Amino acid sequence: MSVSSVAVSRKKSSRKSVPRLRLGLSHELCRLMYQKMLYSRILEERLIKIYRAGDGYFWIGGPGEEGFGVPLGLLVRKGQGVSYDYLHLHYRCTPTLVAMGMPMIDSIRLMMNRSTDPCTGGRNFSNHYCFPQWNVLPVTSPIEVQYVMALGTAHVQKRAQSPGITIVTGGDAGTAEGDFASCLVWSSRKGQELPILITVQNNRWGISTAYEGQHGEDCIADRARAFNIKASVIDGNDPIESYRVIKEMMEYVRQKGKPAFIEAFVSRLYGHSSASGANYVTNEECPVRRFEELLLRVGVIKEQECNQWRKEYEEEGFQAQQKVRQEPVPSGESIWNHIYADQQHPDWRRF
Amino acid sequence: MANMAQAIRMALHYAEENYQLHDVFGQDVGAPLGGVFTATQGIQCAWNSPLDERGIIGMAIGIGMAGKRCVAEIQFADYIFNTMDLLKLAGNMYWASHGQYSIPIVVMTPVGAGIRGSIYHSHSFDSWASRLPGWKIVLPSNPLDAYGLLLSSILDPNPVLFLPPKALMRVKGKELIPGEPEDEKELKAMIDAPIGDRTQWKPRWPRLKEYLIPLGKGRIVKEGNRVTLVTWGRYVGICEQVIDDLIASAMIDSTDVELIDLRSIYPYDWPLIKESVKKTRKVLFVNEDTEVTNFAEHLSYRVTKELFYELWAPPQVIAGRHVPGIGLHPNLEDASVPGADEIKKVIIALIQEVP
Ligand SMILES: Cc1ncc(C[n+]2csc(CCOP(=O)(O)OP(=O)(O)O)c2C)c(N)n1
Repeated sequence: MSVSSVAVSRKKSSRKSVPRLRLGLSHELCRLMYQKMLYSRILEERLIKIYRAGDGYFWIGGPGEEGFGVPLGLLVRKGQGVSYDYLHLHYRCTPTLVAMGMPMIDSIRLMMNRSTDPCTGGRNFSNHYCFPQWNVLPVTSPIEVQYVMALGTAHVQKRAQSPGITIVTGGDAGTAEGDFASCLVWSSRKGQELPILITVQNNRWGISTAYEGQHGEDCIADRARAFNIKASVIDGNDPIESYRVIKEMMEYVRQKGKPAFIEAFVSRLYGHSSASGANYVTNEECPVRRFEELLLRVGVIKEQECNQWRKEYEEEGFQAQQKVRQEPVPSGESIWNHIYADQQHPDWRRF
Repeated sequence: MANMAQAIRMALHYAEENYQLHDVFGQDVGAPLGGVFTATQGIQCAWNSPLDERGIIGMAIGIGMAGKRCVAEIQFADYIFNTMDLLKLAGNMYWASHGQYSIPIVVMTPVGAGIRGSIYHSHSFDSWASRLPGWKIVLPSNPLDAYGLLLSSILDPNPVLFLPPKALMRVKGKELIPGEPEDEKELKAMIDAPIGDRTQWKPRWPRLKEYLIPLGKGRIVKEGNRVTLVTWGRYVGICEQVIDDLIASAMIDSTDVELIDLRSIYPYDWPLIKESVKKTRKVLFVNEDTEVTNFAEHLSYRVTKELFYELWAPPQVIAGRHVPGIGLHPNLEDASVPGADEIKKVIIALIQEVP
């Protein structure tokens, strides 16, 4: 297995003795990925500030997963309905949503449980997104359940011979749940394979429990290989490698109608959640900084514009928080809304 | 007359022809068996799933998320328990997404005792299911109701638990399903798969008609004036027999007991119960799920609270004993679920009670 970047190759320069770096992706795309990664990070840091300010009850999110989540979001066939990709994501998916075009303010509305929150109307935690217009299905707290629900959307897509595929993501510790195994079993049945891209973002932690001691397999991807699922292990902190492999795997799933699997090593930069303090950890790699350094070195971005973007995004987050503070909150009576999708009143007192 | 398994089959066939039902699935649901109770035999869109209950419910939710209908079967309710949090999710998806994702699926699983099924083929699920907000929960007590309730369940935009009693699957009805041939031999020849090689077999379906029973509506099985007996599922037939026996042995009058088949656990038909109890002033609830936090306790509580000053006797609940399972020997099973004698005694005691 290779966890080193394959994207940065060296090319001999005729003019200088210093080798010029070749990125393997267009400069334009690299700039876009960097901007999205930075935007996502600054958004997550804003969410943590909101938590610390007492404007939100709980934070959980994806700082440290930008190198994987952003390319994933950029590569999605985005839209609503069976012809587009379905996303069954978990609670570290801000980078993916940012790449798809989510503005900060919507994430902040969710964090601050406002009735304007477009995902849950103030009912659920941060990073528990839901955007039907992009087939982003409700993120739920129970670990791993998305891996079995993904089977259903993939099944419908398979029958419709849809150009869309199903994408499901989760963490490493959660793969111990039976639902992960169910996903491998159901999606790989011979002749009935399902068009699913299955990913595991391996940050080597499950809250406080280390990866070591929890696994007998050499890598999680080996479990997929046992089901004849095409699998790859990548450095998820490298957006270029991530982009290339996700693209390749998505094309495979789309063309063959079969599952593919990616295990991406990522960082967990603010601990598990606000319950563990949400403090920055210094002993894990920061994918945003790493990519920034690379792009600066290659000259794809400039220090000055980085500072400008940072300032802009920070300002956007700050302003959004101020605005959302003024927005309405859900009322107590609204607990009875949206229980049944028809005219049936859900409250037995009203039967 | 069709039995309940045949009625379910006919409903599924009607739905695959008319309601865009494309997926009926579960363990052994597809060919060649067509379900361990044969309830899915001959259904074109029925397919066999892996032996994985969580996978089955997850698949169903996913199909619902894509806006499609399906009927997913858990072979016996006894094996649905490890899917509990997925059932909760299906029930809360519309709510948690603030009305953005409804899950229009049906989960069908046979419930209850009565087939000498021992510890793991006798479980009930109605009271458990009553704690799953967002679901509608129905139990048919006869083939025609199974047909009408299943069609309504499939059309419903919410998740619906359809709980046919195991012991009633082979029991014939008293009324024809719309379109069913009068001669039951003819029906059998048309839609029952032959014993042995079935590879060439295809069902010949009768010209079925739509028949919808609204979810949440009960039915007065038998009118009466002095005691209301509310039950559902397998116990509708048992209670009917109990009442007939009491009348036949002149222990009660033919108009003493009003028998209600609740049909839906949630939403439930409160106006029907209320009107009946206001008339009889006495009520007995009977069902076979275990007695502690039994759904009938909720109904009994509500009757007590809302009709207290109208009552001439304390509301009664007869339910399954709070024991870990139903033992195989008939003595064990009979001691675990409500028995005819017990029901008779309570009916008579209620009639005799003077406030
Ligand atoms: C079924 C279930 N069990 C326990 C929890 C509590 N919990 C939340 S996150 C978590 C750890 C998950 O670890 P992993 O799958 O590696 O993902 P990570 O959080 O590291 O990204 C646990 C145990 C839960 N949410 N759901």
